[in-house]
Amino acid sequence: MKIEVVKNILDANAVIAQKNKSLFDQHHVTVINIMSSPGAGKTSAILETARRLKDKMKIGVIEGDLASQVDAEKVKKEHLPVVQINTGSGCHLDANMISHAMQNLPLKDIDLLLIENIGNLVCPSAYILGEHKRVIISSVPEGDDKPLKYPIIFVDADAVIINKVDLKAYLKFDMDAFKKAVKNINPKISFFEVSCTTGAGLDEWCSWLTAASKRKS
Amino acid sequence: MHELSITQDILNIALQEAKNAHACKINKISIVVGQASGIVPDSVQFCFDEMKKGSIANEASLDFTIVPTQVKCRRCQHVSSPKDIIWMCDKCGSGEVDIIAGRELYLNSIEAEQEEAYENRSS
Ligand SMILES: Nc1nc2c(ncn2[C@@H]2O[C@H](COP(=O)(O)OP(=O)(O)OP(=O)(O)O)[C@@H](O)[C@H]2O)c(=O)[nH]1
Ligand SMILES: [Mg+2]
Ligand SMILES: [Zn+2]
Ligand SMILES: [Zn+2]
Repeated sequence: MKIEVVKNILDANAVIAQKNKSLFDQHHVTVINIMSSPGAGKTSAILETARRLKDKMKIGVIEGDLASQVDAEKVKKEHLPVVQINTGSGCHLDANMISHAMQNLPLKDIDLLLIENIGNLVCPSAYILGEHKRVIISSVPEGDDKPLKYPIIFVDADAVIINKVDLKAYLKFDMDAFKKAVKNINPKISFFEVSCTTGAGLDEWCSWLTAASKRKS
Repeated sequence: MHELSITQDILNIALQEAKNAHACKINKISIVVGQASGIVPDSVQFCFDEMKKGSIANEASLDFTIVPTQVKCRRCQHVSSPKDIIWMCDKCGSGEVDIIAGRELYLNSIEAEQEEAYENRSS
């Protein structure tokens, strides 16, 4: 006997993600899913963002890494509520991990939740977590061809941070070519050229983030 | 990438569907995989052959339908199937394209055998 199923294999994840989102909305928490390759500057961007915005809104962080508490320790030093998720060998965060992590966060005291996904340009984008915005961090040392090689992750993103612009003088990185390649596949995306080291461009990024956040009334 | 968890999801869906239909044995699971879904069929096959052991899908085969990536040109509306990972219109050469196929990842159907008692009742 043949049984017609026609069911998305990622449905189980999507259902949990929707529940997460409802819970975030109930608490008026704006959630940002930050994705990049390893070392592009996710943790640095989270720390610099928090330093600039923490007087305006309450920020919480979820750190995703294969192992270690290293990134969570850095966030703790900023006196922010943080939960570290260790996926072991898992190459992405999924909605179920977030649903557990959020139980350990004071959602009623958080306006903006920044989620650092696992460093990986391939699969985190396949798993929605319940986020409101998706942000990709690309960095100058990675080269300007990443949108050509990993187009999918840019298709559903809302913004791209191009980090480490302080290194532009030392590396061949064609900013126009990079942006054009991203815009070709996603014309609505916003760009922020920043350096987490010098602080360049971070205010503009923080303005976008502030505008994207609902905040509690 | 994450073929292990994908394969677990496939198996879970198939076993649940089989249970709902009072099936006692799964012979075949048909899945549809887009070329841009990031899933490598060979790895899923490899994981499946390990994970199915001890379940009613023990002897089941996996059937893959691969959906090629298709992009639609925003300039001339032409639909192309990019051969490599670079997305481009093969009519006008523009890179301004929307992906319209290739992200599929779903379980299409299963073939199963019903418990005898149940089969007799329904026939
Ligand atoms: N020159 C320069 N270095 C930077 C900048 N931002 C981050 N870095 C450095 O890049 C390295 C990686 O930064 P992280 O913030 O840890 O990157 P990450 O994406 O969180 O890395 P993983 O969590 O390991 O994937 C660190 O040595 C940072 O000091 C920048 O704007 N300029
Ligand atoms: Mg980090
Ligand atoms: Zn993965
Ligand atoms: Zn065209």
